[in-house]
Amino acid sequence: MNKDMKILIVDDFATMRRIVKNLLRDLGFNNTHEADDGLTAIPMLNTGNFDFVVTDWNMPGMTGFDLLKHIRADPELKDLPVLMVTAESKREQIVAAAQAGVNGYIVKPFTAAVLKEKIEKIFERLEK
Amino acid sequence: MTDQSGQPESFEQLLRSTTGELIEKIEQDQLVDAVNLLQQINDARNKNLYLEVGRLTRALHDAIKDFHLDTSAVVGGKEEFSDISDAADRLNYVINLTHDAANTTMDKVDASLPLVNHMGDEARVLREEWARLKRREMDADEFRDLYQRMDAFLAATEEQATTLNSNFSEITLAQGYQDLTGQVVEKVIVLVHEVEDSLVNLVRMASQVDKITGIRHENTQQETEVVDDSPAPEGPAINADKRGIDVVSGQDEVDDLLSSLGF
Repeated sequence: MNKDMKILIVDDFATMRRIVKNLLRDLGFNNTHEADDGLTAIPMLNTGNFDFVVTDWNMPGMTGFDLLKHIRADPELKDLPVLMVTAESKREQIVAAAQAGVNGYIVKPFTAAVLKEKIEKIFERLEK
Repeated sequence: MTDQSGQPESFEQLLRSTTGELIEKIEQDQLVDAVNLLQQINDARNKNLYLEVGRLTRALHDAIKDFHLDTSAVVGGKEEFSDISDAADRLNYVINLTHDAANTTMDKVDASLPLVNHMGDEARVLREEWARLKRREMDADEFRDLYQRMDAFLAATEEQATTLNSNFSEITLAQGYQDLTGQVVEKVIVLVHEVEDSLVNLVRMASQVDKITGIRHENTQQETEVVDDSPAPEGPAINADKRGIDVVSGQDEVDDLLSSLGF
């Protein structure tokens, strides 16, 4: 796993973005960028050459779920790994996210250990 | 809650007593009188309707007015707090307080981590040097260096401990948001209950109004067909353990569910 990979953190709450950013920094990922919803994330993804997206689900403008579907439908972005970090905990939602092609799903509140484990698992699977 | 049933019943009594008279008048071909009686019934009906709607308006108004209670007694008369006079503002205040508390806490942690790391690193170096001293592997110059370094370390540690102490105090103080937001949220909960009571009252009053006007409703609760395949986000599950099987109770269940889907 490349610690210099470029990561986009998408969450409407600045505090949660900061928490995720700090946790990622503690895990050795320093190349992080932020967007506050799907609509601001898309132009960044289109031009930014990102390697990984960590997104919330429930956001105004464009939800993380719609962002995920957008990414999978875009030929340029479709292989971009997406980790969902969200308070949405309905089974139906988790199944929908899985079917839409999410790479990992973390429910809030979460711990640094869970974040680390999921990220490692995602890239382990991608490298296979 | 006041008794809402009085007025419509008296209207029903009026309706009953007047109907006999009305039939009588019609049979006797006294149409002007009959029309007057109809007008009487109609007026009584309207009056009741206005009364019921008026009551409802008052109940809602009271609930909203009650919510504007002066909270200065609770938080020591802070100007910015007593200006907050509606639920949206109150909840925004909660968001701001929690936002500030989270940032203060993270700022202080960010400021403390380098101090702790530095302290640990320096202690490790000194311990190695100290071990060399104990093994008598140190010459006089090296010992002088160690002597000075130890002095500097102790002074720095004392100073850093003071800084850490104040950072920790500020982190603890930042948790005061729980008290303040708790009070605000409790007030919003009270309002929600009052509004709920008022709405239940409205439904009851509406049913009286329906009775007075003789309106019959078609079943209007048609489920709107959801074409969108996106499950609507609903935020954190409150009382997840009471929600039953539609909600997962934690990361382990998410992992189980995903692995059952081949993840």
